[in-house]
Amino acid sequence: MLRPILNFTFSKMARSAKFAAFALTLLCAVRYGNAQDTPLLSGGVGFFTSTNGGNTSYMPTIQPLLDAPIGNRFLIESRAILLENFSPKGNGQPGYDHTHFIGLAYLEGDYFVSPHITIVGGSFLLPFGTYNERLSPIWIGNFQDGPLITSLGTMSTGTGLGGMLRGSAISRPKYSFDYATWFSARSGNEQFNSKRSSGVRTSLYLPPSRLEIGLSYDRLLQGPRGTRGENFYGMHVWWEPANTAFRLRSEFARGHHAQGYWIEADYRTQAFGGLDSWIGRFEPVFRMQQTFRRDTVVSDGLPLVNTQRTDFGFDYNLPHNTRILTSYSRQFSSSGNENIWETGVVYRFLFPAWKGKSQ
Amino acid sequence: MNQKYLLAFTIVLGVAFAPLLAMVQAQPQAAQAAKKQTATTHQSQPVEEGQRIFEQNCSRCHTAPEGFSPRISGTIVHHMRVRASLSQHDQQELLRFFNP
Repeated sequence: MLRPILNFTFSKMARSAKFAAFALTLLCAVRYGNAQDTPLLSGGVGFFTSTNGGNTSYMPTIQPLLDAPIGNRFLIESRAILLENFSPKGNGQPGYDHTHFIGLAYLEGDYFVSPHITIVGGSFLLPFGTYNERLSPIWIGNFQDGPLITSLGTMSTGTGLGGMLRGSAISRPKYSFDYATWFSARSGNEQFNSKRSSGVRTSLYLPPSRLEIGLSYDRLLQGPRGTRGENFYGMHVWWEPANTAFRLRSEFARGHHAQGYWIEADYRTQAFGGLDSWIGRFEPVFRMQQTFRRDTVVSDGLPLVNTQRTDFGFDYNLPHNTRILTSYSRQFSSSGNENIWETGVVYRFLFPAWKGKSQ
Repeated sequence: MNQKYLLAFTIVLGVAFAPLLAMVQAQPQAAQAAKKQTATTHQSQPVEEGQRIFEQNCSRCHTAPEGFSPRISGTIVHHMRVRASLSQHDQQELLRFFNP
């Protein structure tokens, strides 16, 4: 989740720069025993537009990701988000307003305790469902917008500050089972905002049928009377038939005050020269989603009234890790129907953070 | 367009075409991409195991980046071990796949 820095100042930027310089110095001081373990910089650079009700907003963004292993058992990982949003002033006024966001999506340390257990500490993406952890990077998602139920179970911040145990419990050619369980403390820190909560996610994957079924549960452990102890339940099903470029993903989430689901399908044909032919690079995408309010208490970020939305996307995978995303969405609700047109271009970069020594 | 008709239309469209597309693409000719990937590597068992792990875990979420420096292959598999909840064995096989 994005956290706005409304009172952003250069003193804070300088402090962040000092911290980053210190971290880089620390990493440079580490001897990398393996020539394949050079820290990497990855991420995406994107430019997006969104037109809703005749108003078009523009959003350039860059989301860098740093991965720095220390030895064979420790990994430091962080993703930052920098974006500027230009939107019409409205009320008949000419011109555009702009806001910016600068923040860390997460900053975590991973320690590989055993072949099946990894301890994660720091600020981490909450593993509820699949979207937050797997599909939220701009260079991965098929649509510019996340599903309407993204905020259910992710405690509105999307991140936790604490610890997590995760890993692959069993991994066999015919089935595998993985888990993640976590606890997050309450934090009002600007960069590491989180809520006191805990949860667990498990998933079963069947490689022969390429089917994944997972369950998520988490519980909010803070809040005013009436909202404390809120439970969230989730389920996801992914199916990606072998030897095809067809993917079907779906997720259901239920919270104390609302629930909803999304189903997304995307496809690339291999029939005309493979995925890298000019036809194979086209990727039609379709998503259907609905949200339902269970009561009128609004604390979860979902629409205030029952909402249905269909998204028709048409992406194009250019060479050199570049994607063009386009979509049309029609949203229905008692508060009014909407047409949403979105376009965007995303470039994904991936390279060593610095020149490493060869063995 | 009426809301109910649009929803019914999209659901019917999805239900009707999704399995059809999957079946069409499951034909032998559709394995070209996998063959292409394999052709660039040795055909030994560990590499096939690594490729299986790559297709089943990494490709599930994203397309493979178009090449990267071998100096960061170890870092990438560390990252994937956390994100895709790989076991240590899977991590090692994946590294072998990247560096046959």
